[in-house]
Amino acid sequence: MKHGAKYQKGTMKRLLATLFRFHPVALPLALLCIAFSAVVSAIPSLFMQQIIEVLEQNIGGDWGADVLPQILRLVVVLASLYVLSLTLTFVYSRVMAGLTQNSLNLFRKKLFEKMEKLPISYFDRHPHGDIMSHYTNDTDTLRQFISQSMPNFLMSAIIVLTLFSIMMWFSFWMTCVVLCGVVCMTFVIRKVGGNSAKYFIRQQKSMGETEGYVEEMIGGQKVIKVFCHEEETKAGFDAVNDKLFHDTEKANKYANILAPILMNIGNLLYVLIAMAGGIFLLTGVRNVSLSGLALTISVTVPFLNITRQFCGNINQVSQQINAVIMGLAGADRIFTLLDQPDEEDAGDVTLVNVTRRDGVIAECAGRTGLWAWKQPGDGGSGGAGDGGGAARAGGGCGGGAGDGDGGGGGVAARAGGGAARYTMLTGDIRLRAVNFGYEKGKPVLHDITLFAEPGQKVAFVGATGAGKTTITNLLNRFYDIAEGEIRYDGIDIGRIKKADLRRAIGLVLQDTNLFSGSVMDNIRYGRLDATDAECVRAATLAGAHDFITRLPEAYLTRIAENGSNLSQGQRQLLAIARAAVADPPVMVLDEATASIDTRTEAIVQRGMDALMEGRTVFVIAHRLSTVQNADVIMVLEDGYIIERGSHRQLIANGGRYYQLYTGVFELE
Amino acid sequence: MWKTLVKSIGEFKKPSILSPLFVSMEVVIECIIPFVAARLINQIREGCGLDVILRYGLLLLAMAGLSLVFGWLSGVVCATAASGFGRNLRRDMYYRIQGFSFENIDKFSSSSLVTRMTTDVTNVQMAYMMIIRIAVRSPLMLIFAVVMAFVMGGSLALIFVCVIPILGAGLYLIIRKVHPLFVKVFRKYDAFNMSVQENIQGIRVVKSFVREEHEKKKFEGVSEDVRADFTRAEKIIAFNNPLMLFCLYVNMVFIMTFGAYTIITTQGVDFNVGQLSALMVYSFQTLMSLMMLSMVFVMIIISDESGRRIVEVLSEKSALQSPTDPVMEVRDGSVEFVGVSFRYSQKAEHMALSRIDLRIASGETIGVLGGVGSSKTSLVQLIPRLYDATEGVVSVGGRDVRDYDIATLRGQVSVVLQNNMLFSGTIKDNLRWGDPDATDEEIAQACRMAQADEFIARFPEGYDTRIEQGGVNVSGGQKQRLCIARALLKKPKILILDDSTSAVDTRTDAAIRKAFRDYIPETTKIIIAQRVASVQDADRIVLMDKGGVAAVGRHEELLAGNDIYREIYESQNRVGMKA
Repeated sequence: MKHGAKYQKGTMKRLLATLFRFHPVALPLALLCIAFSAVVSAIPSLFMQQIIEVLEQNIGGDWGADVLPQILRLVVVLASLYVLSLTLTFVYSRVMAGLTQNSLNLFRKKLFEKMEKLPISYFDRHPHGDIMSHYTNDTDTLRQFISQSMPNFLMSAIIVLTLFSIMMWFSFWMTCVVLCGVVCMTFVIRKVGGNSAKYFIRQQKSMGETEGYVEEMIGGQKVIKVFCHEEETKAGFDAVNDKLFHDTEKANKYANILAPILMNIGNLLYVLIAMAGGIFLLTGVRNVSLSGLALTISVTVPFLNITRQFCGNINQVSQQINAVIMGLAGADRIFTLLDQPDEEDAGDVTLVNVTRRDGVIAECAGRTGLWAWKQPGDGGSGGAGDGGGAARAGGGCGGGAGDGDGGGGGVAARAGGGAARYTMLTGDIRLRAVNFGYEKGKPVLHDITLFAEPGQKVAFVGATGAGKTTITNLLNRFYDIAEGEIRYDGIDIGRIKKADLRRAIGLVLQDTNLFSGSVMDNIRYGRLDATDAECVRAATLAGAHDFITRLPEAYLTRIAENGSNLSQGQRQLLAIARAAVADPPVMVLDEATASIDTRTEAIVQRGMDALMEGRTVFVIAHRLSTVQNADVIMVLEDGYIIERGSHRQLIANGGRYYQLYTGVFELE
Repeated sequence: MWKTLVKSIGEFKKPSILSPLFVSMEVVIECIIPFVAARLINQIREGCGLDVILRYGLLLLAMAGLSLVFGWLSGVVCATAASGFGRNLRRDMYYRIQGFSFENIDKFSSSSLVTRMTTDVTNVQMAYMMIIRIAVRSPLMLIFAVVMAFVMGGSLALIFVCVIPILGAGLYLIIRKVHPLFVKVFRKYDAFNMSVQENIQGIRVVKSFVREEHEKKKFEGVSEDVRADFTRAEKIIAFNNPLMLFCLYVNMVFIMTFGAYTIITTQGVDFNVGQLSALMVYSFQTLMSLMMLSMVFVMIIISDESGRRIVEVLSEKSALQSPTDPVMEVRDGSVEFVGVSFRYSQKAEHMALSRIDLRIASGETIGVLGGVGSSKTSLVQLIPRLYDATEGVVSVGGRDVRDYDIATLRGQVSVVLQNNMLFSGTIKDNLRWGDPDATDEEIAQACRMAQADEFIARFPEGYDTRIEQGGVNVSGGQKQRLCIARALLKKPKILILDDSTSAVDTRTDAAIRKAFRDYIPETTKIIIAQRVASVQDADRIVLMDKGGVAAVGRHEELLAGNDIYREIYESQNRVGMKA
């Protein structure tokens, strides 16, 4: 059968292996139960044959004396088998129900755990809808596979095999007639089923197109209204909708006729068997069978019922084929995600709470408000400590170099056993000759060298695509640099554990992402052990307190889907408060104030100024008014820093910044 | 609810009626086949000749053929009917949405509308397909099979009367217990999806705050919740199978024993082996059809919620009605607000605008300034009647806006919205939204005014450059200028820019304003801006604060007499500002 749904060869094996690993006892048990029930549901025809035989021999006989004991014996055996089969069916139905949901839950957890470990580049390269569909569509096809297709397929297959053996047991000739029918059925399944699958895939595509059209148009519905463009968009919609209709119609036509065709081939076979049986009986053809039974009415009648059951089960199998293939394709996509490499983290430098007495740094467990980098000392490994600490190179912001080494900010100390080295966390960031590109051969940043001393504010200005956001991507190692080095408090950030590096850098992004929960939960996201009072203080600092108190339930107001019940400006204020509560020594603000009007921005700015006190800050802003008070402004163009200096210096220079500022040049 | 949905069947009524018809015929034939086959068996048993076998055989073959034809036909018309119904539902919803006012649009999130038009319609379509086929087939099959069973088996068929209610009641109980669980589980599933969604979107936030573990724990809770509820529901459904088998087995054992008894005691007169065999088939058919029927019920129950969500859209009344005797011409570009108050919905506690009195003369340039939430946007949206004022009267060209034909009014009042959109298509396609018959020269002229001609000329394909969905391949400033050009092509009497030059540099911004002065002096221009520089040369500036007009006046007057205005001005003109 032709199918658009693709999967790797080993997927079936791997999926089954995974399922068996999830449920090493329950799954084999359930499958055994299924197999047994299948066999039991196939054998009544054997009893039927014997009962009819008894009846035929005793026509006109005495019920009580001759027939009853024989019939009773058969029926009791059959009934006991039935009772056993019922029990097993009950068991496997329940077990499979629990097992299916449990497997899905395990798959979901695995997926999510993996997803949280993936590098940012994965999310940048894959459409979010695709990642999402692993949890929805793919998991759903798996549910189908585990709870329906797999047991039904197994069941039908065993029934078909058992019936086939029984047929051979009864009569070879009549089995041949049935086999002819099976060939016909296989042909129909291939033909009709193949067409159905082809159109279902087309329908899927048309559905995607319709969805895309609707999404775009409804997203811009207000523009449509303003331009009275309703009739035109209706015409456009009708076109995609009609295409979807035609594909859906074709797909369903093929799917709908498959069952009646198969069923009636079954009916035809039934008739043919009846006739063949009759003719064989009449002509007295020598029966060839495994049992050696002669061809009598007691064989023909059960054979008819077997034929019916046989065809019904082939029909069942044909109904499952699509679901099995789709299930495997879904499993394949899930496995592909699970096989993605984790975000690498070779760092061994960690961030620890310390106390400092008389210049001696001592690690401690509780929160002290003082932090230090802990480098495991194995004989002073190269490079790590040579920065010594933060530089106090005075006023060199305008210059390119940031190599000035000084003593001050960080204090290096040796802890007790001569093992670990501690460097105080101060927020000193240096980039030296950094080159970077997202793809090989397409460099985005060239030879970036800059430094930010603790408490300094560095601003990036430049057109979209100049590389501003890229720099922030590198600082907390969302991406790793190709050449050059970035040091935090003198330590190469490649050596710092990613979690600790990120804890030491606060990030406020352009797209504010809030999480379901209350306003308070969202602020506390910055630091999970922050008290309510601390959260309120952070909100006040960010200038968010005012609007929060005006929300229906103030801090306890639930955030709707990604904060859709808040304005863009309000969401950003919350994001700033969230970063404020985290209280990191280094902050990166990427367009953080883009959607706040200048007056509100002034309020935020006041809060931010207080917040920035004693913190190293990187700001990326489109509005030049927001970067004027930066210690140093970097003007980026095509991945190069083309100008740097303070606002006054740059205005005085009359270069690109001046042009931007006076509006000769458009920023975006 | 179903009444509203049924209206959308439209031209697919014929296949919708044919489908159950064909299905009924198929069922009738299917039920007669075992009856005839039973007679054949008895004939064979009694040792009839080849001619009898062939006669019966041909009859049966013809019946099977007919059944196939009817089954085929019903499958085909059923597919047409259901797919057509789905198409019409989508179309009717889309058309209805096109009639929505802004207030209606605000009520539904666009993602929910998309889901309603896709997933929900698919559910209803599936249910419909079952209703016109399986839901007809199963009960018919049930009735026919039982009747035939009585015809063939006489009192033996009484076992059906005993077993069917047991199965029916069992299935009913199962559905009744499971339904509320499923409703609950689907709601949890929404929460689950949202939790994944926000993690994918906010992965940078999660990683930068090192909250992977925290999120994992949160997720596992939600996922576990879904599992627990789903398991409870599915474990109840797991009774289906054994219940069905139980009934089948009881039937089998009963028929075998008492069938045998009857055959022996009546010496095959009342009941014979052929009938015994047919009775088995009927017992299987009856129970299967009951099972199918329960599946139909489940599908209908699932689609019930979807149907409700579709009807919600279909029966949504547009909040704006065109007057019966509309004014078809806008006299001039004057605007007047008299005692206007406005709130976005009746549930809203606060008025977005309260008691606004404002008169704007035709051809005037008005700047609107104010902080976030000062309702600048609300003010201008009342002019093209995107919303209706809750109290008071908004007039354009001396007439109440509610007197105009809506298309006429919006043709003359052109708004460049704050969250603007370009659509996939060429630049020219997008600009022609303003005027479908615009000549190339008119388009170029509008772009010159909006300062868009230069960058368009730099694109290799000029005006035929394709804009990607969401306009992602042009910069923010370029997008804004294209949107302004599009609005200019309407040649409106009133032009409203809602913060439409925020990403445009100050010089271009000024050039656009100069072009307005030079080329469209008679058009009333209302400009909402963040930058004082964008409005300071306006004829008058309206300063909004907390939903009211705080002050109106020229730049110099406000600078001298208004604290808020001065504060805004100064915050934007710190050190070295010389715009």
